[in-house]
Parts: sequence; C-alpha cells; structure tokens
Amino acid sequence: MLTGLSAFEIAAKVRAKEVSCVEVAQAFIDRVGELDGQYGAFLRLAPEVTLEQAAAVQERVDRGEAGLLAGVPIALKDNISTLGIETTCASKILEGYVPPFNATVVEQILAADGVVLGKTNLDEFAMGASTETSAYQLTKNPWDTTRSPGGSSGGSAAAVAAELAPVALGSDTGGSIRQPASLCGIVGFKPTYGRTSRYGLIAFGSSLDQIGPLARNVEDAALLASVTSGKDPRDGTSLPNPPIDISSLKSRSLKGMKVAVPDEMFGDATSPEVQAVIEEAMKTLEAEGVVFTRVSIPSIKLGVTTYYIIAPAEASSNLGRFDGIRYGLRAEGKGHIDLVEKTRSAGFGKEVKTRIMIGTYALSAGYYDAYYVRAQQVRAIMQQEFAQVYQDYDFVLSPTSPITAFKIGELNQDPLALKLLDYCTIPANMGGMPGISINAGFAGGLPVGLQLLAAPLEDESVLQAAYAIEKALPGASGRPPMP
Amino acid sequence: MAITLEEVRHVAKLARLDLDEGEIVYFQSELNALIGHFSDIQKVDVSGIVPTSHAVVMQNVWAEDIAEEGLPRVTALRNAALHRAGLFVVPQIIED
Repeated sequence: MLTGLSAFEIAAKVRAKEVSCVEVAQAFIDRVGELDGQYGAFLRLAPEVTLEQAAAVQERVDRGEAGLLAGVPIALKDNISTLGIETTCASKILEGYVPPFNATVVEQILAADGVVLGKTNLDEFAMGASTETSAYQLTKNPWDTTRSPGGSSGGSAAAVAAELAPVALGSDTGGSIRQPASLCGIVGFKPTYGRTSRYGLIAFGSSLDQIGPLARNVEDAALLASVTSGKDPRDGTSLPNPPIDISSLKSRSLKGMKVAVPDEMFGDATSPEVQAVIEEAMKTLEAEGVVFTRVSIPSIKLGVTTYYIIAPAEASSNLGRFDGIRYGLRAEGKGHIDLVEKTRSAGFGKEVKTRIMIGTYALSAGYYDAYYVRAQQVRAIMQQEFAQVYQDYDFVLSPTSPITAFKIGELNQDPLALKLLDYCTIPANMGGMPGISINAGFAGGLPVGLQLLAAPLEDESVLQAAYAIEKALPGASGRPPMP
Repeated sequence: MAITLEEVRHVAKLARLDLDEGEIVYFQSELNALIGHFSDIQKVDVSGIVPTSHAVVMQNVWAEDIAEEGLPRVTALRNAALHRAGLFVVPQIIED
C-alpha cells in the first residue's frame, strides 16, 4: 500500500514515475479521512492546498527536476506557520488565525518538492507531554487507543505511527519530539539548537525550542532534517553551519563506539520494564562492539526544576503578544487593559495560564535572582558537566521516557506527575545538544524508546550512530495494530 | 517559600490575566506544588558560575542593511478582529 511506504521510497517511486504526486497525496488524504476519527492526530487537512502543491511538484517531476522530497506529503505540528492554512497552536486564542507567511522549514520542504499534508494536534502552545492540553481534541496512541501518544508533538507522532503521513515535523522544547516518538514506537530527532530555523515556529521557550522530524526510520528522519536545516538570516540564533549532511549516514560502525550511560537517567523513577528493554538492547549493541561506561552527571537531577523555571519564564514573555488586537481572539473589555486581560483569560487554557503565572513569578521583582538567575547558573553547570563527558565519550545513551505510554487521563491531575518524567529529555534542550529517540523494543506490547545524545553540532554523528543501532536491533520496531 | 493568595493576584495582574476567586485559589495550589519542587536548586553551590541563556554562544549577529518589502498592510490586518481605515482598532487608552 502506498501509505505504508517510507519517504525515501515514495520519492523514488515518484521520480521513477511509477506513481504520480497527486495519487500519493490523494492516498494519504483518503487514509486520514478514513482512519483519523480513531486517532485524532490531525487538527485539519487542507486538501485543496495539498493537491495543488502535488500537481505543481508533478510538473517538475515531468521535467526531470524533482527535489529530494519529490511528492512526499508531510504533516506539520500546528505551531508551525503555514501560509493560507489556519495555525492555532491547539489554542482557542489563535482560533481562525491564518498566517500571512510560511515558516522557513515549510519553504525548505516546498523547495525540496515536499507537499504539506495537514496540521497536527499538540498540547496547547506545546506545553505538555500528553497532547491532553489541546483546546480542541484528544489524540490517541495507535498502539493502544486508550493511551496517550505523549506530547507535545503527539499528533505528529500518532500520524506517522499510524501511517497517516510518512514523516512529520514537530518541535522540541523539553522533549516534545523525542518523548512522543518513544511512546509511539517511531524515530524523533531534535537537531542542535540553531541548526534548524525557528522562523515561523510560534515561540514557547526561545532558547530551547527546536524543530525536528518524526519518521518511521532513521533514514527518513535524516532526510527531513537535512532539508530543514541550514543558516536562515531571518532567525538570529540560526547557526552559520551548512545543512545537516547525510551523505555518510550509513558509514558508521558500532565497533569501538564509546557511549556513556548516566546513572541519573536510570534511577528509581525509570520503570523496571523500560530499564529491562534498554539493557537488553545494550547487550546486543555491546556484542556489536559498542563500549558502554556508567557515568554520573549529577545536574541531570536538577533538570526538571531548571526547565520549569526557564521555559515558563521565556513563555510568559513570548505569550505576551497575544493581546486580542492584532490577531486571534478578542474579548470585549472596558478599556485597553481590561480587553487584554479578558482576551487572555478566555483564550488560554489552564496549563498555559499556569506556566505564564510561574514564569511571571520567577521573573518578578524579589524572585528573579532566586529562581531565574539561579536556574541559568544550573543550566551552565549542566552544560559544563555534559561537555566533560563528551571529552571522553562519543554519545550519551538512556531511555527516552522512563515509562511507556500511559492511559489518557492518568497523569493530568497532579501538576507535577508528568513534569517529573521529563528528566531524560530536558538536558538536550538545556545544552543545545542533538538528540534522537529510536525504538529499542517493547514492554507489555508498548514501544520503548532509546535516546542517544551528542555534543552540540554532532548532528551527523548522532544520526549515523542511530542508523547503525537501528540496523543492529532489527526486531525492535513494529507496526501498531491497524488497517 | 509558599506563595500567598495576595501574591497570586499580583502575579496575575503582571501577567495580564483576569482570574476569578476560584481560579486564584486553584493557581495558588498549582504554583505551590511547582515552587515546592523548585527548592532543589537553592542548595546548589553556584558561586562563580556565570548564568547562561543559550546553548551555543553567538554574539553580535548582524543582518545586511538591505531594504526589503514588508507585509502589505491589507495582509497584516487580515487577522485582526477589528480594523478600520488601514489601522488596528484599540479601545480608548487616554482617559477623557
């Protein structure tokens, strides 16, 4: 079936003219229409736009000018701006907002002859780890529809796992690509901070946010990462480095690879069944020549606190722009301030308000030094500790999530329960490191993701290593039960 | 450092959120749960540590000084709930 193919396979078939771009696009539009009622992965499709783009790509294919993503339909998290397609961040405050421009990553996809399939669900403004804080709908995990796909890029992860899209883009501020990839049994990659442009990504935590791919194999993730990276003058934090080079993706051997395994990512909070799957995978990799060494990185234990000060502080500033005047919801009010306050109170959900409040508190007079400055100092310590580890080791390996997919509604009552589970993914954002999650096996029929981190700018290495690991663990991935 | 109801009201005002009394109580308990957890970084020895705000240090990022077309006015106004004569409409800011 067309919809079960990888992005690489689709592009190859399109280039070989075995199938037309419009046929490919229509096949995915039809499959989403047929099945997404069960999953709730997409907030909206834009079939006219998709088919028009597909027809335009086909013209280039016919002229022999097809790009790397020839005819590949791509699902986009709904915090990535799409010209002419509503973009809401799964928030009521942006209901009806239609961006007047494309995010840089969207332009890069179109330039490579990819096609925009639709916009996927997320936690409101990407604030959450279960996709339950979306103001619009719940997303279900294709492996068990009573369970969460994780988050915040839960819609993108579920769409890719259920073959509703070959690949998708998400965004990762504290693990929001890698954790849902882990819970849905697919690959999720967060590039080094600055390698992918944030222009047009509606900001949450600007010093942490990074766009990245979700795919069903490392090669597809690498392909999309290479297309969506490179210097962008419209993003001041974009790095001058060239796009991620995947020409040597398959060249790396596992033999002699030095991998650090931090005690702090295997602590009491990591469930025994997740730990068992990761340890089993490590045994296989060890037989292939990987050298594992247990290390201690004490600041990992402080990651959750540091993150839940810095990210909300940045969010409280970024979300200040939603005032009801220039775009989005506008409530009635007695005067300007009243209008702004009523708009924000009506438009933001509880989790977003909580984070705005925490961030405002941490930045307010009297608390700024005790919270925000101190968190930034701990961030510096964490960066130093990781830099030290990378002097002796190529990679850091851990579970991506300490638990497998949890039941919808199970963890959203206690304000801390979900947040405390982010400790394996947060360091990559704090240190700008590239990080990838690939499936390592299953526990109780649910996927278990393995995370690999590397020093900043080692994106190529981390993708090469993940590719080699994927090949060494052939039984680790699978297909969820579905038509 | 538990946060008081008065502080919740103050923070809501700074954050431009109009919360009713029920919400004030709700957010007090949410914030206290989080702030309670934040105590772990208070014990860290941070002497001599320079705070960092970014992962990969970049300084003085300049853009070429080239004039470019901005968004056309009609496009920039398209998402506004209220606009008139090519301008955003806001409530009166200066009192009579």
